[in-house]
Amino acid sequence: MFSNIRSVVIAVLLSHLALCAQAQKVLTVAAYPAVDSIIKAALPAWEKKHPGVQVKVISRAYADHHTAMTTALSTSSKPPDVMVLESSYVARFATGGGLENLGAPPYSLNESKHLFVAFSIDQAKSSTGQLVAIPTDIGPGTLLYRQDLLMKSGLQEADLTISWDSYIKAGVVIKRSTGAYLVAHARDVKDLIIRGGVKSGEGLYFDAAGHSLVTTERFVKAFELAKRIRENKLDGKISAWSNEWAEGFRRGHVATQMSGAWIAGHLNNWLAPETKGLWRASQLPENTWAAWGGSFYAIPKAATQKELAWDLIQLMTLNPERQLQAFKSQDAFPALISVHNDAFFDEPIAFLGQQKARILWREATRHIQAAKVHRLDTFADEVINTELDKVLNQGKDIRLALQDADRLLERRARR
Amino acid sequence: MTPISSSLQRRPRWRLHPKFVPYVLLAPFVLLFFIFGLFPLLFSLFLAFQSWEPTSGLTNMTYVGLDNFIFTLEDEWFWKSIKNTFWLAAVSGIPQHLIAIPLACVIHAQFKRTRNATVGAYFLPYITSTVAIAMMFSTLFSTDYGLINQVISGATKLPLIGSFFPQQPIDWLGESEFIKPAISFVVFWRYVGFNTVLYLAALQTIPKDMYEAATMDGANRWNQFWYITLPSLKPMIFFGVTLTLIGGLQLFEEPFILTGGRGGSDQSGMTTAMYMYRTAFDFNDFGTASALSWILFIFVAVLTWLTNLAFKPRGGET
Repeated sequence: MFSNIRSVVIAVLLSHLALCAQAQKVLTVAAYPAVDSIIKAALPAWEKKHPGVQVKVISRAYADHHTAMTTALSTSSKPPDVMVLESSYVARFATGGGLENLGAPPYSLNESKHLFVAFSIDQAKSSTGQLVAIPTDIGPGTLLYRQDLLMKSGLQEADLTISWDSYIKAGVVIKRSTGAYLVAHARDVKDLIIRGGVKSGEGLYFDAAGHSLVTTERFVKAFELAKRIRENKLDGKISAWSNEWAEGFRRGHVATQMSGAWIAGHLNNWLAPETKGLWRASQLPENTWAAWGGSFYAIPKAATQKELAWDLIQLMTLNPERQLQAFKSQDAFPALISVHNDAFFDEPIAFLGQQKARILWREATRHIQAAKVHRLDTFADEVINTELDKVLNQGKDIRLALQDADRLLERRARR
Repeated sequence: MTPISSSLQRRPRWRLHPKFVPYVLLAPFVLLFFIFGLFPLLFSLFLAFQSWEPTSGLTNMTYVGLDNFIFTLEDEWFWKSIKNTFWLAAVSGIPQHLIAIPLACVIHAQFKRTRNATVGAYFLPYITSTVAIAMMFSTLFSTDYGLINQVISGATKLPLIGSFFPQQPIDWLGESEFIKPAISFVVFWRYVGFNTVLYLAALQTIPKDMYEAATMDGANRWNQFWYITLPSLKPMIFFGVTLTLIGGLQLFEEPFILTGGRGGSDQSGMTTAMYMYRTAFDFNDFGTASALSWILFIFVAVLTWLTNLAFKPRGGET
């Protein structure tokens, strides 16, 4: 009797295995919000083209996602077939050589790279010039300001944008007239200035030879302006993405915010939807052109379904309809240039008081230059922020602070 | 053939020989320990002597000898993190025991019917999610909208003592001089209940006869506490202090969440465990992070040994 039962169990197991073998293919995609939603929205179109292939979207929070991708590449154990990466991680991940070169056959992205915004293609390159990722959305820098606070202060948009000097002077007037801070944190202004003045071929913190650039005038100017803002009590000392940051926007305690164009979507959707109609967008002060963030697709070398992965990536990045849909639903500014001519760009944005701000942001994409990414950029960012805190809070001399930062960076870069 | 011997012969062949049974029963634990305990430990030791770009895969490691250890020991941020860790361990740890011992004595002596509820209330923070706690305190510590600053602001209006309170809102989690006290308070609040439960358990083992005899000999409450309670609690104090010491030196969750994972202004809240995590996952240097973890282990081991020495029974003590 037992042998009969055993036979039945074995038969059931074998048939189950056979069924599993015949089951449809599964393409795994690892992503973070809101790229995960954009991919899921594209699945009906994907299934029409590939009816037998199921796409499994593994969604994690932004930081957890990149930690998981680091682990997946380090062990080469079951990495996803498609990996979404934020712009600051692309070059870091490229250093290890664990990503496919999409510029070379069979992908041959080099032949179609002219279809994308130029700086986003530069962001997708490794230090050896390989195209290890393909851009899907970008973050052209913009200055959002509270029109109502500006009017109460008797100021015009130009007062904020003509120069950094006029920006700070306008901040003094806004603070005096309305009590609102010019900017959430003086650090935000430093971040923008160091991004704006990058020379061609240079990185944000390191030159092409890997030497630190933090003692250059770009950083001195950034630190000086941040110091002026703090001395005039124009910043709320509020860190981005904190509760106070959101509350400051809701209560009208912060008059301007410099960030990627996507910030308007965040303000509208969850940060401060009640401030609809009160904000306006402009280009950054003193004709500064900078990018904040952006998302890319990459294929790990250890992926098992590279052909299908490339098909999905093409759908998400080279298909104008998908790119436009992502822009409309998630404020993911398209990296695909052909979409920039769509009528949607000319539509007014209710949150920005019916301003046609997308045209401004499109203009910005034509001026932005990508800074070369160095493997120590995250560390450098931390070092510079630490020294800026010492300047702002402890009165440390700017030149000395930058020399100290330089020493720390050179020590690590030499390893 | 007898019926007994035939029944023995019918015993299934896969039945284990008794001498293998202990090994089979131990196997699940041993297997799990090897995979999740010993292997990561040894791999971390191996990594400490390697230079490794993690995204390049496991095969791309370069042996660098003691380079990672030397780099760590010469790294000023490492020493800053050690200083922060010791500060936080001391300021959050010592009051835990100074409060928990008398608190346990009061609960033991005074609370009868409501004792379990009182102990439960003190123990609650320990079993609450760290993320929930840190988020709650982030809101309480908020500079402009937090309850703590509102209370301080209200206190400034009090007659006579109002001028002793800061007149401007305190940036608890933004300014370097306030970050460590803020984190210490959260850690203290979270673990004081756990230590109270430990001491309460120990108090219940002290024979009542000793107190009765002491009372008959004329000892007052303070004498009884000093000469009976405290010496009797010594083994539990050693246990509690050791746990606090190890936990304090490995402090990660509370400062990580309260400072947004970066350690705060001037890295005032960056503990060594946090720096280790950031070195690995933010700065992509797993070799140095592993070396750092082993140096931290040496610190923990030496301090635990010193604690053991401090609590070791001396001549005449039992």
